[in-house]
Amino acid sequence: MTELIDLTAAQAARGVQTGEIGAAELFEAYRRRAAGEELNAFLWVADSPAAGGSPADRPLGGVPLAVKDLFCTEGVPSQAGSRILEGYRPPYTATVVAKLTAAGAPLLGKTNQDEFAMGSSNENSGYGAVLNPWDRGRVPGGSSGGSAAAVAAGLAPWAIGTDTGGSIRQPAALCGIVGLKPTYGACSRYGMIAFASSLDQAGPLTRDVTDAALLFRHMVGHDPCDSTSVEFPGQVALPVAEDLRGIRLGVPEELTGDAGGVQSGVRESFEATLNLAEGLGASVEPCRLPHAPHALSAYYLIAPAEASANLARYDGVRYGLRVDGDADLITMYSRTRARGFGPEVKRRIMLGTYALSSGYYDAYYGTAQKVRTKISEDFRVAFEQFDFIATPTSPWTAFELGSKTDDPLAMYFNDFCTVPMSLAGIPAISIPSGLSEGLPVGFHLAGPAFSESRLLDVAYALERAIGFDGRVART
Amino acid sequence: MLDRAQVLHVARLARLELDDDEVQRMAAELSHVLDHIEKIRELDLDGVAPTSHVVDIVNRLRADEPMPCFPPEVALAAAPEPLRTAAGTGFGVPSPLADESP
Amino acid sequence: MRTEYEPVIGLEIHVQLSTRTKMFCGCELSFGDEPNTHTCAVCLGLPGALPVVNERAIHFGLMIGLAFGCDIAERSEFHRKNYFYPDLPKGYQISQYDQPLCRGGEVGDVRIHRVHLEEDAAKLNHLGESGRIHGSGRSWVDFNRGGTPLVEIVTEPDIRSPEHAREWLTLLRTTLRVLGVSDVNMAEGSLRCDANVSVRPVGSTELGTKTELKNLNSFRFLERGLRAEIRRQIDLLQAGEPVVQETLHYDPRSDRLTPLRSKEEAHDYRYFPEPDLVPVLATEEMIAAARAAIPELPADRAARFERELGLSAERARLLAFRSELGDYYERAVAADGEDPVGLANWIPQLVERIGPDANPAESSVAPESLATLAAMVAAKEVSRDAAREVLTLLVREGGDPRTIVEREGLGALSGEGDGLAEIVQRAIESDPAAAAQVRSGNRKALGPLVGYVMRETKGRADGGEVTRLILERLGPS
Ligand SMILES: [Zn+2]
Repeated sequence: MTELIDLTAAQAARGVQTGEIGAAELFEAYRRRAAGEELNAFLWVADSPAAGGSPADRPLGGVPLAVKDLFCTEGVPSQAGSRILEGYRPPYTATVVAKLTAAGAPLLGKTNQDEFAMGSSNENSGYGAVLNPWDRGRVPGGSSGGSAAAVAAGLAPWAIGTDTGGSIRQPAALCGIVGLKPTYGACSRYGMIAFASSLDQAGPLTRDVTDAALLFRHMVGHDPCDSTSVEFPGQVALPVAEDLRGIRLGVPEELTGDAGGVQSGVRESFEATLNLAEGLGASVEPCRLPHAPHALSAYYLIAPAEASANLARYDGVRYGLRVDGDADLITMYSRTRARGFGPEVKRRIMLGTYALSSGYYDAYYGTAQKVRTKISEDFRVAFEQFDFIATPTSPWTAFELGSKTDDPLAMYFNDFCTVPMSLAGIPAISIPSGLSEGLPVGFHLAGPAFSESRLLDVAYALERAIGFDGRVART
Repeated sequence: MLDRAQVLHVARLARLELDDDEVQRMAAELSHVLDHIEKIRELDLDGVAPTSHVVDIVNRLRADEPMPCFPPEVALAAAPEPLRTAAGTGFGVPSPLADESP
Repeated sequence: MRTEYEPVIGLEIHVQLSTRTKMFCGCELSFGDEPNTHTCAVCLGLPGALPVVNERAIHFGLMIGLAFGCDIAERSEFHRKNYFYPDLPKGYQISQYDQPLCRGGEVGDVRIHRVHLEEDAAKLNHLGESGRIHGSGRSWVDFNRGGTPLVEIVTEPDIRSPEHAREWLTLLRTTLRVLGVSDVNMAEGSLRCDANVSVRPVGSTELGTKTELKNLNSFRFLERGLRAEIRRQIDLLQAGEPVVQETLHYDPRSDRLTPLRSKEEAHDYRYFPEPDLVPVLATEEMIAAARAAIPELPADRAARFERELGLSAERARLLAFRSELGDYYERAVAADGEDPVGLANWIPQLVERIGPDANPAESSVAPESLATLAAMVAAKEVSRDAAREVLTLLVREGGDPRTIVEREGLGALSGEGDGLAEIVQRAIESDPAAAAQVRSGNRKALGPLVGYVMRETKGRADGGEVTRLILERLGPS
């Protein structure tokens, strides 16, 4: 069994395809681990792989997939980590999940997350916090904390999550795995329970870069059910790069200086990785993203504003929780939502409602959208000179449970380095760059829209040079 | 700075019942966050177009062709108050008061 | 001296488009089907569902805009209009806000402010008190209608009376029906009308404080509701009290207006661009396709009736603004276009006999038959009075007017053979005084003589022919 768990997803898939591994045996090995886990990473675990064609004939080879709770899965609880959707089983399946299942990755289980993807520590789940497998006194990051912890702990070979402002990359960094936030529009959002529609993107959380590329390859494509999705240009390439000759990396002062409060251990690991990149032939130069320091502010106006509308449908009428149905309508609405949503969700609904309300729209939401334009322009200018932008993924390594819950603003700074790319809609990846005091550090690389194949290639070369060993989290 | 009255107004717009403690905490927390956010208002953004979509696509249109619908029992499967009437089954709700109409 | 007031009225009309499927999902439109049988993840507002714009709804919107002579927006966007109500599954309505599909234009004598697309709400039904001891009465939602494509048409405040509003709405309805974009049936709710009303002293160019009237959902209620509100506003002003800006609901049963919501609960819809949809750019191809799909419109048809067929403006509008009348008339003209003006005179006669709302094409009078009858009158084969009787019979039993004339013996009497000459002779003999006056050149004295002949022939004689025969015998010498 231990042998199976030690294989990467791509290796396991190849094993099934060549007949060396039985798909049922592989599924059962992970199912047992997922069902017996102690990190609170899973909210639901499948009994068996859904019936389908022969896994050996399919590109993902029957390697089971952990899916963030907020992806709708027909007949299976899909609660977005919220009590307001407790026990909700949707009558349809999200496009991305359907594509991956069809490609041969059966659903292993649904993973815990911050409620409606709002959070950076997974402490905002309606179903309890997730523990970091590297140190169970610490958070796994969020909002895709369950997916990240499950992959890091070897409870799942691979997983999908969603990233709105860093929700794939930051937990990947804190759990020592790979997380890719694709270009906005690369993957369908249909069936993904929305947080902030203009920012949400599905992406892979995997043990290594090759797994990320393989999974991502089968997630992309235009979906007629999602007007904002686009056809991915060409097939996602599996990474092969041996070196980084000719690659120009830009390091933005604004995101790596003191403003973000980067921990010294994180900074050391980041700089060591830049040195490795230079050793592989890349050039590393400082670059400017003048508006990036304002990204967090713009993000915390745009995302809550969209969320305030996206979450209006949880009103106790058609599905989900209802409280005080005998009261008058407005009381039923207000109590259902008061009981069903957690504090952070309420905070963001309030913030977003305020930012859109009469008399404040221009000052807040309108201004934030203009900042968004400036941030995209900054990246466009930077990419004229550089192939990729490098920053730490998170200013910090995994922090202790409960240590930031009292200060929402401090918590928001988790996303300091990841939010600018989200606002610009460009792809970014986090790979483990080493340990700081026994905790993983994430290295963050961003590229122009639809540059995922090249981005994965660069990450792959770095991954080999770094030689990160995540086995200790899988025991 | 958000005061109590503003918090209550926004909470009503958002249909969120808040108790007194929550109102107070919300006023403090939102004010703290807004203090930070407010800094973007100092930027010179004259003539900058707002971005509402990062991908530059237009005219995603769907042919006017019918797709299968849910059978009513599927549509109503998760309804908190399925209400059977002579005409069929509906989603039951408290009757809105006159001043709640849109 | 008492101030005279004039009303200033603008209308806001919601029209359900007759696409096959809903605005943002593939559920088929329905009317009167079992509740909640036309729903899907999108129109139920399920978590994770996303809208996709119906191509034909855009096409219809462009047709309407082009037909009204609007400026078509190069780029239009959808917004979310946020409010909570049980008939609104997502907690927001997808609508167009500051970038509507069309602006400007006109229909008849009323300017159009804007035309935009949105989705309809679902249907909220009220059960009333449920028999529960505690708690509120129950209502229930049927999502079949939810998401039906709507166009909202907003006029400029160019309407000056309730009658004007009614007449204009008739023209709008016909125009939309001719375009084939909607059933425009007020009874079934596919055309719904709200009005903005203010009054001002005659001669003033400033606008008074306006109120919004909801639920004017028939032509009669539109007229009556407006009349009641204009009266109310004038009474207030004459009593020295101000008109308060508010939304009023018109109850047709009591003919009363009641405020719809308290002023404190002013709505804050928090519009913002719908991130789930991308902008619509009306391409040249889309505009060309919409233009090609537009048939002749009522106003153009009226102009053509005047220009080509010689109808009076009033008669031309009467026929063109009700397309079923215009269509019927044109079929009759096609059967016999000898005298289109004379033929047009017969349409009101037909309408009078089949009822004001009936479609003549569905009556038993074929347009060809009406054309034949009109031609027979023109050829003096049947008198005008007798033809009216024939028409009554045609409405009752259908058939060919010639057969009826023959059967009923209603053919016009002529001088030869039918004994008309003998009757004329008798008339002259029966009233020598009148005959003498006619002989001396007083044509007014013809009256009693012609009257005598008409009485004797029961109207079958042609008046002109009778006059000719009398004058032939009595001079003018
Ligand atoms: Zn539907």
